[in-house]
Amino acid sequence: MAPFDIGLGHYLTTAAILFTIGILGIFINRKNVIVILMSIELILLAVNINLVAFSMHLGQVAGQVFALMVLTVAAAEAAIGLAILVVYFRNRGTIAVEDINMMRG
Amino acid sequence: MLQALAFYLFSGVLVISAIMVIAARNPVHSVLFLILAFFNAAGLFVLMGAEFLAMILVVVYVGAVAVLFLFVVMMLDIDFTELREGFLEYLPFGAVIAGVLLAELIVVLLAWNFAAGTTVTARPELPPGGISNTEALGRVLYTDYFFVFQLSGLVLLLAMIGAIVLTLRHREGVRRQSVARQVGRTREEAVELKKVKPGQGI
Repeated sequence: MAPFDIGLGHYLTTAAILFTIGILGIFINRKNVIVILMSIELILLAVNINLVAFSMHLGQVAGQVFALMVLTVAAAEAAIGLAILVVYFRNRGTIAVEDINMMRG
Repeated sequence: MLQALAFYLFSGVLVISAIMVIAARNPVHSVLFLILAFFNAAGLFVLMGAEFLAMILVVVYVGAVAVLFLFVVMMLDIDFTELREGFLEYLPFGAVIAGVLLAELIVVLLAWNFAAGTTVTARPELPPGGISNTEALGRVLYTDYFFVFQLSGLVLLLAMIGAIVLTLRHREGVRRQSVARQVGRTREEAVELKKVKPGQGI
């Protein structure tokens, strides 16, 4: 990995750092569901960068199709997650994750 | 040289804005930094030669997902200072986990090689055949990966219906249009004929 010859390794390193930041965000924002959802978006973005980097390095376009699929799933997940959040806030008046224990036996 | 400069600019801003997403005190700032991160990721995609995905990233993420986040953050009246509690409490544990994960990923990256027999093209920034990225994607998306394409449409439909079903509610005391009642009305119950004598009024 030469510093000024940008190759696959540089993109993979960026994606790895982004993925780690996403995981860290889930851990340190344990109470805030909105930031947790944003962290999941960051993780999916890191996966997308990996897919596109490999697709370009191997010269095959299949990876970009999968990246498109991941994008679709991320959009759907954000929509459903935020809908659940809105309904939960309407019912309980808070979004704290620790209060979500109504289904505990 | 210019490519390296662009790469370091985009990835540096991407990482910094990602850190700000998880560290910002105000969730509105988090969403705005998320938008910045998506823009820089789109820049990286352009740098890699995936222009179509870069534009899709801007349209879908910045145009739809981030705005959706912004709507929810601003619509809900949430006391965010209460949610910030425990930030420092969880930080050491999370940092240890993240550090281990990052170290493992980097070790994998350094020790990894392509399997024998994998073909790596000489000019990775261009799709084979000298066609544009969008055309190359379109050629396989509607043929080889047609079912994947259909499946993603199905996922989006499912998400749309799910979001509507979850958030729809019928409030009491709100007068709504009832088409069945409107159509079911007859002349007898709607119109009454009165014989009025001239000059007297009703």
